[in-house]
Amino acid sequence: MEYFIQQLINGVTLGSIYGLIAIGYTMVYGIIGMINFAHGDIFMVGAFVSLIIFVALGLAGVTFVPLAFAIVLIVAIVITSVYGWTVERLAYRPLRGSFRLAPLISAIGMSIFLQNFVQLAQGARVKPMPPMITGGFTFLEGSDFSITLSWMQIIIVSLTVVLMAGFALLIARTPLGRAQRACEQDRTMAALLGVNVDRTISLTFVMGAALAAVAGMMFLLYYGVIDFYIGFLAGIKAFTAAVLGGIGSLPGAMLGGLLIGLIETFWSAYFTIEYKDVAAFSILVLALIFRPYGLLGKPEIEKV
Amino acid sequence: MLTLEGVQTYYGNIEALKGIDLEVQQGEIVTIIGANGAGKSTTLMTICGLPRAAEGRIRFEQYDITRMPTHEIVQLGIAQSPEGRRIFPRMTVLENLQMGASKSNPDFFEQDLAHVQELFPILKKRENQRGGTLSGGEQQMLAIARALMSRPRLLLLDEPSLGLAPLVVRQIFEVIEQINREDDVTVLLVEQNAFHALKLAHRGYVMVNGRITLSGAGDELLDMPEVRAAYLEGG
Ligand SMILES: Nc1ncnc2c1ncn2[C@@H]1O[C@H](COP(=O)(O)OP(=O)(O)O)[C@@H](O)[C@H]1O
Ligand SMILES: [Mg+2]
Repeated sequence: MEYFIQQLINGVTLGSIYGLIAIGYTMVYGIIGMINFAHGDIFMVGAFVSLIIFVALGLAGVTFVPLAFAIVLIVAIVITSVYGWTVERLAYRPLRGSFRLAPLISAIGMSIFLQNFVQLAQGARVKPMPPMITGGFTFLEGSDFSITLSWMQIIIVSLTVVLMAGFALLIARTPLGRAQRACEQDRTMAALLGVNVDRTISLTFVMGAALAAVAGMMFLLYYGVIDFYIGFLAGIKAFTAAVLGGIGSLPGAMLGGLLIGLIETFWSAYFTIEYKDVAAFSILVLALIFRPYGLLGKPEIEKV
Repeated sequence: MLTLEGVQTYYGNIEALKGIDLEVQQGEIVTIIGANGAGKSTTLMTICGLPRAAEGRIRFEQYDITRMPTHEIVQLGIAQSPEGRRIFPRMTVLENLQMGASKSNPDFFEQDLAHVQELFPILKKRENQRGGTLSGGEQQMLAIARALMSRPRLLLLDEPSLGLAPLVVRQIFEVIEQINREDDVTVLLVEQNAFHALKLAHRGYVMVNGRITLSGAGDELLDMPEVRAAYLEGG
């Protein structure tokens, strides 16, 4: 039982990270009907930028953790946002209206470029990061198996909850969110009502990138090691999460992220760690057989 | 207020508009009638830049809008209730109206909302219902109301009577007349329902195969034998 609860805590933490990345996939898909294949690397860049800034702040003598945390968060978000914006401008916008696979190919190109760039600039070896936020709570100490809930886990899960709630509110209630939903449902009509469609699409890429940056920073702090390849695996997992939840659906991305995190963690804990990725993908395949639009996705029956 | 000079529009290689000249004066209701496929909808969409005119010039008041981006054109005071109504199906009626008002001064929102709900009381009753669940007539009313929420000076209406019951058509035409008279909205109305349209309009154009073939005052066109024969059979 204690073991189970421990895995639950770990799974929810991992699921939060996947969920934040998955939102970027699902939002971009919602608005342009295409997957942003460079999104995983945006997450990776977020992690690397965080590492570099943490180290720089350390050298500069900034030791107050909340301050360092805030600075890193802001810088990582700004840099990845610029990158998300660039991906849209270079890989997607010029090819809008050409055949459907063209932007995917150009996005994969940007993704490979970025991986290689980081590999060259930062080296191919894994980069360690000394733990910054340590400690936490331990329950049931002294029994066979104690449960720990680290501060880092608490921070990750609560930051995720806050971001997701804020984001859901932004999409549901603000003029920008309304314009995004309008572009999603009928881009031509949105333009006829004065919405700057190009700008709205750019902002969607940027918002997804900002969330991925936060996920990247949390990943760095949680695992303590990163390399140029983390974007690929985490990207695929988060993409799986978005599809499992129902691509295009915001709550779907959050739920899918959580589920993939839990599946992966429980599989590694109770079966074998080697097949944890296979487990997540198998569940996806099964889920899609029974619910082709994902858990919370809706078939487009309402199109008028 | 609005002038089109020699406007040509293509869909790929298909020339949908083959040189349109058209004019709408401030305060008028002008109608374009013509058979299916004549190019009426293309004319309205070209005014808004979707698709863009390949040749010719489109002017709105003092502006040359031929090459302007769509979102800038409509912000000059042009609104369209397009063919097929294009209600956002997964937004509520209220959200659809908010989208209509997205570029106008928020201070006017409550007042404008009350106004369109007075013109179409059913929209108040349906306020929180999703657009996709409305009936055809209600969607048409919503499309017009949404267009009015931007406080347009020129309203482009594409076949507002299509597929609607006569009673609903009458209600919609009454509203068109009312906003023209009381709110000083200039109207360019595309219709296949030529009889009603020509009765309502000050002036009309007849469109055939991407060209304007006839034009004149509404009652003048109504009396022309060729118009009667082609568009008013049994009307
Ligand atoms: N999106 C489109 N792509 C290609 N051809 C189109 C498109 N829309 C309209 N057309 C063609 O352009 C011509 C004019 O169409 P349209 O403007 O819709 O006529 P109307 O509104 O008078 O019925 C028709 O021949 C039609 O087939
Ligand atoms: Mg038409």
